[in-house]
Amino acid sequence: MTRDFDAIIVGSGPGGSTVADELTRAGMSVLILERGRNRLINLDDPHELAADYSSDELKFLERHFLGPDPWLEPRTFRRNEADGDHVHIGDVNNLPATVGGGGVHADGKLPRFREDDFRVLSELGPIEGTSIADWPISYDDLEQCYADAERLIGVAGLAGANPFAAWRSGDYPMPPGAPMYGSTITAAAAERLGFHPYPGPTGCNSVPYDGRPACNNCGFCAYFGCPIHAKGDPVAVLRQALLSGRAELRPDAFVSKILLQNGLATGVEWIDASGQAHEERAARVVVAGGAMETPRLLLLSGMAHPEIGRNLMFHMQTFVMGRMPFRVHGHKGRSVTTLHDDHIIVDEAAKAAAREHGLPWVKGGLVEHCSPSHPIAEAKAYPWGIEHKELMRTSPLRDHFLGFCMQGDDMPQSVNRVDLDPSICDVRGLPVARTTYEPHRHEIVSSRYHATKLTAILAEAGAEEIFTATSPKTEGTLRTSHSPISMVPVSRHVVGTARMGNDPTTSVCDPWGRLWEAPNVMIADSSLFPTGSGYGPTLTLVALALRNARALASEA
Amino acid sequence: MPRFLNEQQHSVLSAVVDRLIPPDDDPGASDAGVPDYIDGLLGAFTYDPPHIWAGGPFSGRFGGANGFTSFHRLTATEELAWRTRIEGSLGIPERERLGPVAGLQQRYATGLEALGADFTSLTPQAQDERLREQPEFTALVYEHACEGMYGAPEYGGNRDLIGWSNIDYLGDVQPRGYSDEEVSQP
Ligand SMILES: Cc1cc2nc3c(=O)[nH]c(=O)nc-3n(C[C@H](O)[C@H](O)[C@H](O)COP(=O)(O)OP(=O)(O)OC[C@H]3O[C@@H](n4cnc5c(N)ncnc54)[C@H](O)[C@@H]3O)c2cc1C
Ligand code: SF4
Repeated sequence: MTRDFDAIIVGSGPGGSTVADELTRAGMSVLILERGRNRLINLDDPHELAADYSSDELKFLERHFLGPDPWLEPRTFRRNEADGDHVHIGDVNNLPATVGGGGVHADGKLPRFREDDFRVLSELGPIEGTSIADWPISYDDLEQCYADAERLIGVAGLAGANPFAAWRSGDYPMPPGAPMYGSTITAAAAERLGFHPYPGPTGCNSVPYDGRPACNNCGFCAYFGCPIHAKGDPVAVLRQALLSGRAELRPDAFVSKILLQNGLATGVEWIDASGQAHEERAARVVVAGGAMETPRLLLLSGMAHPEIGRNLMFHMQTFVMGRMPFRVHGHKGRSVTTLHDDHIIVDEAAKAAAREHGLPWVKGGLVEHCSPSHPIAEAKAYPWGIEHKELMRTSPLRDHFLGFCMQGDDMPQSVNRVDLDPSICDVRGLPVARTTYEPHRHEIVSSRYHATKLTAILAEAGAEEIFTATSPKTEGTLRTSHSPISMVPVSRHVVGTARMGNDPTTSVCDPWGRLWEAPNVMIADSSLFPTGSGYGPTLTLVALALRNARALASEA
Repeated sequence: MPRFLNEQQHSVLSAVVDRLIPPDDDPGASDAGVPDYIDGLLGAFTYDPPHIWAGGPFSGRFGGANGFTSFHRLTATEELAWRTRIEGSLGIPERERLGPVAGLQQRYATGLEALGADFTSLTPQAQDERLREQPEFTALVYEHACEGMYGAPEYGGNRDLIGWSNIDYLGDVQPRGYSDEEVSQP
């Protein structure tokens, strides 16, 4: 009972969905296998979108509605080998397992990388203990695909507003949406101190777009699916692919192995919801499971390249938060509306600060102006008793809480990696992905250096009781994690683990995202990134998937 | 109508949550139906479909029909996870893949019993003392009390939106949302 496809795509997140659209446009037939459930689109009539998402804190933040359930599909974590096999079992950076992947969850700040993010080694030089490498492609190679990705997803932004942005060939497809009140205050303070805040490019419709409505600022954005489908989750590309008649999407289909013969993939083995195994054949396999599940699948398939899983990167998140003397209502708006990039620029001052700690340079990251919005999470942070009531009414940790989250660039290190856990299995009986991860000194020095600047901005904005915390934890007191241990990074930006490059001995994939070890297997997610940058990975991984899928289609 | 707890357990639990989130000038946790929220979680599988995930896309509070009242069906694997969490592993091999799990039902039954049959007749100070003697159980109930107080009322708590009105919060506002002005102005 097998059927042939031009390509099998593993995973229906932003990466996999984009490839599905591109290949079906080129006339190819694809089968998309997605381990999670379908909550996004009517598969029988893709014109119709599902009605399962809602603004429900319990369902999305406490009860894993979008999966994966951390008991059914756990991951494990340890900082280093001295920790033993693992110190934590459960949620390690879980992105949703559902049709649409993490695109459904994300509040979609979708900036492009800068030109120099593609050549960190040649621009800034090496750092001891890291494996920094230049990308095998340049920003210019990707610019057209960036523009196309912004159009396909639907990104609202303002060209020219960010003085540090890379060049662009045209405008954003939509103007930016309304800035949140708290961000107008922090942005004004940042400007007074010489920083350059700008309306963040977001994958939320500011006007009706692509047959979907404008965002109505409901406030349940990051970690929630959009009830009115105003979000740039991969619905647009997925719908196009399905409407082409050449794509089939199977939810509840976990790919357990890529079948290999003489150095080429012949298809995949997959497991259905009842635990039954099946095989499916195709001319090529595209893997877009995300930077943790992708290396897991390669290892489950018996691939042997020693670099698989290595150079795992997150963002070093630095939170600088304070209490405002008035309410800032962070629950109204799209979670984050304002950004600034100043900390990404490695200037002389940053180099001097780095040298004091024996480093050649430090690079920060994108700064999100933010404030929390959800009352259950807030309530759990307060003590019980009569104080609880008073704290909830005055809301120092939600309605008065304002500040920044810096997505600090994380240096690739060979020791930081994903491999198969030696003893823990998922509900299907397959070994789960184990993370071994510790930040490099670069991340810690950078975090402290930039936190000082962010603290100054927040003080200028009028905040009191300002404090700093990081994830993974280095110092500070803020409870930043749903995870029981705070060494597990909460950053949902995961990259590396199957890096691309020009040298088959030091990279897992070639410059077109194909495995050196099995060239008809293409990776289409952020696993490919040789370095992380201080920006969210999604727009870049989509642009890269477009570029590589086009190349693949043109050769087919 | 209790789904899992008996009357005695329900009344001890009401006293407990009223120490965790007490009434003051505003109503407290038992006024808001928090014990029913917890009972609804412990007895989630007495409903069909089970009360784990409320439906969508809107609650009807700001327009549209109330889709929150029809709960989602679970797949067999999802049911396995939630039954394990709620009922415990009970020696069933497929529930013990990651080791034995003490279910919420058992933790509540034991925890409430350990607080003593006289709990409801104690002074508030003595009740607090008992709660501090059971830090693990108290932490568990507090987590659930916060969920029941400030979660959507379709899960059994936040009755008459008491939790949200105490803190001047509208909750889910789809499909109305917030206007640009409400977003950007004080
Ligand atoms: C709350 C939140 C906020 C975020 N905000 C931002 C942001 O502002 N900016 C940004 O750039 N990024 C953001 N992200 C990250 C963003 O979601 C991810 O970068 C993006 O989703 C990655 O896309 P992907 O397609 O590579 O992988 P995913 O989105 O992870 O999709 C992979 C899919 O593959 C499936 N899969 C995996 N393994 C298998 C298998 N073996 N068989 C079958 N299916 C499989 C998974 O179930 C999943 O659906 C955010 C994430 C979250 C959760
Ligand atoms: S803030 Fe906008 S895009 Fe986000 S979930 Fe609400 S309506 Fe959708």
